[in-house]
Amino acid sequence: MGTASDIKLIDEKGIRIDGRSLSELRPIKIETDVLERADGSAYIEWGGNKIMVAVYGPREAYPKHTQDIDKAVIKARYNMAAFSVDERKRPGPDRRSVEISKVISEALQCAIIVEQFPRAQIDVYIEVLQADAGTRIAGLTAASVAVAAAGIPMRDLVVGCTAGKVDGKIVLDLGKEEDNFGQADLPMGILAKSGKIVLMQMDGDLTAEEFDEATTMIYDATKRINDIQREALAGKYRALAMERGGE
Amino acid sequence: MTETKQIVMPGDPIDGSLGKPRNGVYKCGDQQFCSSYFGIVQVSDQFIDVVPFSGPYYPRRGDKVIGKVIEVGPSMWTIDINSPYHTLMHMNDTPWRTNAGDIKKYLAPGDYIYAKVMTLNDIRESWITLKDVGLRKLEGGHMTSVSAPKVPRIIGKGGSMVNMIKDATGTRIVVGQNGLIWIDGESENVMIAISAVKMVENEAHTTGLTDRMQKYLNEVKGGVNGNSK
Repeated sequence: MGTASDIKLIDEKGIRIDGRSLSELRPIKIETDVLERADGSAYIEWGGNKIMVAVYGPREAYPKHTQDIDKAVIKARYNMAAFSVDERKRPGPDRRSVEISKVISEALQCAIIVEQFPRAQIDVYIEVLQADAGTRIAGLTAASVAVAAAGIPMRDLVVGCTAGKVDGKIVLDLGKEEDNFGQADLPMGILAKSGKIVLMQMDGDLTAEEFDEATTMIYDATKRINDIQREALAGKYRALAMERGGE
Repeated sequence: MTETKQIVMPGDPIDGSLGKPRNGVYKCGDQQFCSSYFGIVQVSDQFIDVVPFSGPYYPRRGDKVIGKVIEVGPSMWTIDINSPYHTLMHMNDTPWRTNAGDIKKYLAPGDYIYAKVMTLNDIRESWITLKDVGLRKLEGGHMTSVSAPKVPRIIGKGGSMVNMIKDATGTRIVVGQNGLIWIDGESENVMIAISAVKMVENEAHTTGLTDRMQKYLNEVKGGVNGNSK
C-alpha cells in the first residue's frame, strides 16, 4: 500500500490499467457442487483469482473443548497454494492467513443460523489456487455459496467486495497493481438482503467523504455480485425443472 | 393439495399470506418471514415450508432411521445415523436378552440397523430403540444413500414411489428417514433399484415424476429380461 511508483494507474479518460472504468467489477464466475465428497462446494473465478471452497458439516466439534453448548462453531481455513502467487509462497498457515481465516469465520457466523446446531462445527476450507488481489472477499463470496449449497440454514447470503483509492480516486474492486501501488484498500462483507456489514477491514487512509463514496460503491456492486451467486446456485435446478416440467 | 415450486435462497422473503410458515423459515422483522435454506417453497393446505435441496438429517422423535454401528461399549452402542451427531442405543432397548459386557455378539461395528428415534434433548443428544414392530438388524443387502430432505419424495404419496420401484425390480427396500436406503435382492435388480432411487433424488424438485419413473422402470426392466434370456 502506498509504495512509491511512477506507474500511471488511471489515465486521463478515467480508464484503469486493466481497461475498466472506476466502478466496474472484474468478470466473476461461480460454480457450485464441484467436489463430490464435500457436503457443499463452490469454485469462483474473480478476475485472476481462482478459489475452491469446500464445506463439511455440521458435525460434532472435536477437540471437545472447542464445542459450544449453545451453538455451532465455524472453522474457516483460508489457505494459499504455494503456486498461487508470483514468487513461491511458503506453504502452511502464516500471520496473514490466520487473520483472514478468523475474519471469514466471523463473517460466516453472522449469516449461518448457528443456534440450530449446539456442540457442532462447520468446516469451511478456502483454497486459493491463484491470487490476484481481493482473495479474502472472493473466498468469502464463494464460501457463502458453498454453505448454502450444503443445505445449512442461513439468514442471508454473504457478499464481499472491495473498493480503494488509486491515484487519488475511489475505485471499485482493486486489481493486483492497484492493490500494490494504490493508497487504500477497503474490503467489505455484506449480508445481501439486509445490508448488514459482517466484515470490514481497511489498509491505508481514506477521508470520511472518500470512505462514504467507497461504501456506496460497494453496496451498489454487491447487488450485482449477489445476482451471480443466486444464478450459480439456482441455475442448474431451474434448467432441469424446465426440461422435465415443473417450476 | 396444490403444489407450486419456486426456488428460493437464504434471506428471500416468504409470502406469509399463503399459509402458516413452518419448516425452513425464520422470522425476519415484524410479520415478515424469510427462507433459511436454498431450496424450494412448498405450499400445502395450511402450511408453507422451504425444503432444502440437500443438507444433514435432523433427528425427530418417532422417526424410523437406518443406522450404522460404529462403536460398542459395555452397555451401549454408538450409532451413526447420518446426522450431525452420533446417537446411542442402550442394550435394554433391544429385543434380545443381553448381558452387559457381552453385547458385541448381537451388533458389531459395521452392522446396520433399522431403528426408531426414542428421545431427543435440547443439546441434540438422542437415543434410539429397536423395540417396535418392524425394527431389526439389517442383514445382507446393499446400502445407498440420498440426502435427507429428499426422502419424502423417494417414498412418495402413501409409499407410492418406493412401492413402484419394489414391484418393478422385485427387491426388498427399507427407506430410513435419514436418507439411508437398504436394498436386498438379485444384484442386477438391486442396481436398477439404486439407479431409480438416484434418479428420483436428482429430479425431486420436478413435477410428474411418478409417471416418468414408471416409464423408466418399464424400459429398464425390459432390458434386464432381454439380457437374462
